[in-house]
Amino acid sequence: MMAQIYERPQTLDAALGLLSGGSWDILAGGTDIYPASAAAFAWGGPAPERILDISAIEELNSIEETQDAYRVGSQVTWTRMIEADLPAYFNCLQQAGREVGGRQIQNRGTLVGNICNASPAADGVPALLALDAAVEIKAATGCRTLPLSEYILGNRETAHGAAEMVTAIVVPKHKEHAQSTFLKLGARRYLVVSIAMVAALIETDEANHITCARIAVGACSAVAQRLSVLESALIGRSLDELTNELVTDDMLSPLMPIDDVRGSAAYRRSAALVLIQRALGILSPSERVAS
Amino acid sequence: MTSVAGTPTITFTVNGNIESHVGDPFQRLATILRDEFGLIGTKIGCDAGDCGACTVLLDGRQVCACMIPLGQIDGTEIVTVEGLGSSDNLAALQRSFLHHGAAQCGICTPGMLIAATELLAKDAMPSKAMVEDALGGVLCRCTGYIKIVDAVVDAHQFLAPPVADSPTSETVGTPHPRVDGNAKVTGQDLFGADGAPSDALWLRPVRSPHARAVFKLGNLDAFCTAHPGLEAVLTAADVPGENSFGVYPDLKDQPVFADGAVRYRGEVVLALVGKRTAVEAIQFDALPIKWRVEDPVTGVTAATATEAPAVHISHPDNILVEGGLRKGNIDAGFTAAAAISEGQIQTAFVEHAYIEPEAGFAKRVGNRIEITACTQAPYMDLDECARVLGVGKDAVRIIPSACGGGFGGKLDVSLQPLLAIAAWRLQKPVRCIYTRVESMASSTKRHPATIQARAAADQEGKLLAIEMTADFNTGAYASWGPTVADRVPVHGSGPYFVPNVQIQTRSIYTNEPPAGAFRGFGVPQAAILQEQLYDDLALELGIDPFEFRYRNAIRAGLPTATGQKLEASVGLVKCLDALQPHWNKSRAEAARQNENHGGSRRRGVGIGCMWYGCGNTSMSNPSEIRISVSNSGRVTLFNGAVDIGQGSYTVILQICAEALGLPPSEFDLVHGDTDRTPDAGKTSASRQTFVTGKAAYLAGRDLRSQILRLANAGEDANIARHGSTLRVRDTGHETTIDLTDLPAIDEHGTVLTGKGRFDPPTTPLDENGQGNPYATFGFAAQIADLEVDMELGTVHLHRIIAAHDVGRAINPSLVEGQIHGGIAQGIGLALMEEYIPGRTENLHDYLIPTFGDIPEIDVLLIEDEEPLGPYGAKGIGEPALIPTPPAIFGAIRHATGVKVTRVPLLPHRLLEALKSHDA
Repeated sequence: MMAQIYERPQTLDAALGLLSGGSWDILAGGTDIYPASAAAFAWGGPAPERILDISAIEELNSIEETQDAYRVGSQVTWTRMIEADLPAYFNCLQQAGREVGGRQIQNRGTLVGNICNASPAADGVPALLALDAAVEIKAATGCRTLPLSEYILGNRETAHGAAEMVTAIVVPKHKEHAQSTFLKLGARRYLVVSIAMVAALIETDEANHITCARIAVGACSAVAQRLSVLESALIGRSLDELTNELVTDDMLSPLMPIDDVRGSAAYRRSAALVLIQRALGILSPSERVAS
Repeated sequence: MTSVAGTPTITFTVNGNIESHVGDPFQRLATILRDEFGLIGTKIGCDAGDCGACTVLLDGRQVCACMIPLGQIDGTEIVTVEGLGSSDNLAALQRSFLHHGAAQCGICTPGMLIAATELLAKDAMPSKAMVEDALGGVLCRCTGYIKIVDAVVDAHQFLAPPVADSPTSETVGTPHPRVDGNAKVTGQDLFGADGAPSDALWLRPVRSPHARAVFKLGNLDAFCTAHPGLEAVLTAADVPGENSFGVYPDLKDQPVFADGAVRYRGEVVLALVGKRTAVEAIQFDALPIKWRVEDPVTGVTAATATEAPAVHISHPDNILVEGGLRKGNIDAGFTAAAAISEGQIQTAFVEHAYIEPEAGFAKRVGNRIEITACTQAPYMDLDECARVLGVGKDAVRIIPSACGGGFGGKLDVSLQPLLAIAAWRLQKPVRCIYTRVESMASSTKRHPATIQARAAADQEGKLLAIEMTADFNTGAYASWGPTVADRVPVHGSGPYFVPNVQIQTRSIYTNEPPAGAFRGFGVPQAAILQEQLYDDLALELGIDPFEFRYRNAIRAGLPTATGQKLEASVGLVKCLDALQPHWNKSRAEAARQNENHGGSRRRGVGIGCMWYGCGNTSMSNPSEIRISVSNSGRVTLFNGAVDIGQGSYTVILQICAEALGLPPSEFDLVHGDTDRTPDAGKTSASRQTFVTGKAAYLAGRDLRSQILRLANAGEDANIARHGSTLRVRDTGHETTIDLTDLPAIDEHGTVLTGKGRFDPPTTPLDENGQGNPYATFGFAAQIADLEVDMELGTVHLHRIIAAHDVGRAINPSLVEGQIHGGIAQGIGLALMEEYIPGRTENLHDYLIPTFGDIPEIDVLLIEDEEPLGPYGAKGIGEPALIPTPPAIFGAIRHATGVKVTRVPLLPHRLLEALKSHDA
């Protein structure tokens, strides 16, 4: 199995130059391209034809703090994210990272690769939605930034064109004391594709009233979804008084779960509800004391 | 811009050595390490990052070498298992693995060692939880992970240099380290993919993507000519002998190459043979194959419907075979009942998921063919290949490679006939390595079972009757379907005295993967329902499920379902005695916990019992073992009992050494080569320790008595070897036998030979299934203690306590390893494993248990000695798995009231059952 063309540019400009001249499969950590190649090869399918390996581009390899955001370059692996010293509200993303595959995958797989692959079960997406992340996309002709929800369009479908590449995920700064968490449900402990997952981020004022809430559910629709009705319902409530009854089935209407080998649609909907309740429970102070 | 297109030189460090390589930058590091640098310790299990077998360190971090492009390793530092320690200088971690028995088949061991090395570099004394997190990306199918965790946690204790033990012949009953353990923990054991002649051609099978279709082949000669490097495209027309195989002499229903029609997705249509790059570059849609796809027959209900198309014209009703058993008067049993329970269950295809995909090579040597491949049954491979080539059996030699897990899946031939035909026709060595996907798509599976049953008991809880009908989906080809149909009636009433039994089974053809042998041959599926029905009866009668089993447990002298009266080694009651305190304690704790906390988590404690006949069912299955002593003093054990990770190379040696009276270290070992070792049968049916072990005992005793006779010494004399002499000491006086004085009987200088042969005594079953099908049975009972998340339908195992009557534990460490591994597979069967062709044919959609899915396991070894067995021993391989699913399902029921009807009990199925149970 051989790629016909393999390029490994040292600079972003060089990479963007190549991209402007034709379509490429972009390779970073390799944790999606190689499994897909193995599946294709087994049934006599084609190998990738043109590989653009971006792993040598130093400028994509950092988590930068700017005045109002954190910029996660497209070389940044899950392990780097897990081990990074970041504000507490990154908890959901770091927890999601610990649930990605095994350590081998975390050591190579990148956050940007996770969103570019655009699997409905991508572990990083709910947490990045909860963090209100944006996607920085560059081409030789310019740069644009899209909210993550506008970048992933469907199952394995994204908004970036053939001449573009994602160079970073941009996470805006939240209030210092914002809290977040992530819960993943699978049929085994490690190396498991999610049946459902939830990321939740909450900001509160001095009186412990919720001022901002972002709740996102993954693996229950073609693209992970935020639950705006629930989020609105949480605003103004005291974090100490959250009850399970606050979360109701009709708030899950953005979800369109499917039946597959991992679970039924009905199950996913019901599990999502439970995971949301539990995630909010984890973020409420009483639960934190108890645990 | 630096372009690496073309042929750049990549320079990197491997195990401290600076290396350079020029090649395709998209090539996987795993492939480069193995093929270009000979570092075969890095194993390949999936090429998709799903199994972790290829884990290496890259700049100190564990990575899957199957997902690292060569283009990314310039300037990096790689460490493989070869960099940890050598066979004469093992690292502490490797010694700990050996000591703990953490390697069984050894295929995952290098990946485990490397992942652990990353962890230990940060923390030399990690907790168990840290080990699980760090090694969670590596799958093991043999060990149940427990001994691996122990070995990593304890690694720091092995930092001091090892102290050599003084050799002794008293080895039975000791945890003797695996004789092949050093090769396993250094990654140097040669598995099917690990060695082939350097000039070997590559064979790549082309398989049907359709479950049922007819096809026509176009001009393959032209295709071959148009593809330089492709030397042949082999089809059904190229088979020199019979284009068929199958484990039963009268049931050779599976073609080596499909001949115009395919019956399941994954069936071989043709084989591309040539240079590796050439065969790998071919896209299958370029091949001149014209398909006409037909509707497949899926599931036994569809297959037995009146209008169902036949899978084989020889079996128009799709029923391959029927089995049955009738004992007593079933109606009378139910008429007299105080309680009757009824139920039904549906199980799934289960994949063996050995971490080593099928691999091997063949070469033609004159007018003989030699095949080196992973296998559980070298002599059956020999017969099949001789038939396919149309040559005599003496023209075939099978040399088993190390086998990276089998569990029944490597009993049938896979690539052996393909390799034999290719090497025979082309007169060149030919090798083949299955991809993970084709291994899963093409190999045999556990039979899905559709079972209905009812059972009856009297007021005192004495079982009166059980009636069962079971349909087994045997897929497209027979494989071991008849065995399943025969084994289930014998075992289906469970390890209890039941006076009235009626069981009917059918194996049914469908257009699905061939279902064959898998740890238990249908008995695990039947036991799930049978144990559930007995729980029902206990509940209805207000009797504790444990007590119910105790009252009904089969005891020596009571007739089994086949009317057999077992006179010895009937250890179920002893197993239950050992479990009683644990049962009482756990049930009381569960009751307290549920009362106090209630809510979303409920705890349950269940029990499963089992019995399992060792060896073939009412059929001869002899084993032979030979030992030779040469005039130079070499003692050689010729052992054909293929070790697939369970430890037969070690156990057979221990038995033989003890019987002869020489320490195991005195033996040279020759394993499983059909030209050199006598036939020890197949590694299946939990028979190697019992049957081949007995042959080894007899061989050792035979040689011992010859030596004692030469020395004119008594039975209790002590034998020692010094160079080319044997010294026999008998109550104060010592006789020296100079081996060079004895006449050599062959060109190897053999002067003495010990031989042993054992064929367990059985009798045929009559038309009602009555007779003595097995010479001995293993018995066991397991308790599962778990919590059910009532809102998510997930199951959280706390603990499994396993009491197993093994007759005698020849090697307690290996026996424990078998039990751990069997339980792990039982957990997978119960809770997560479901093979669906085309949908779960890889190791990320098909789930097997990982490090975090195995609870604490307590093993209680019960030794109710079997007089026929070697030192009282009997089998453990299959008994380890069978009681686990019933114990888990019993515990779930205890926690929730829900009875399982569909296996695996995935979270969505359990939650659905919980909701309808509440409704």
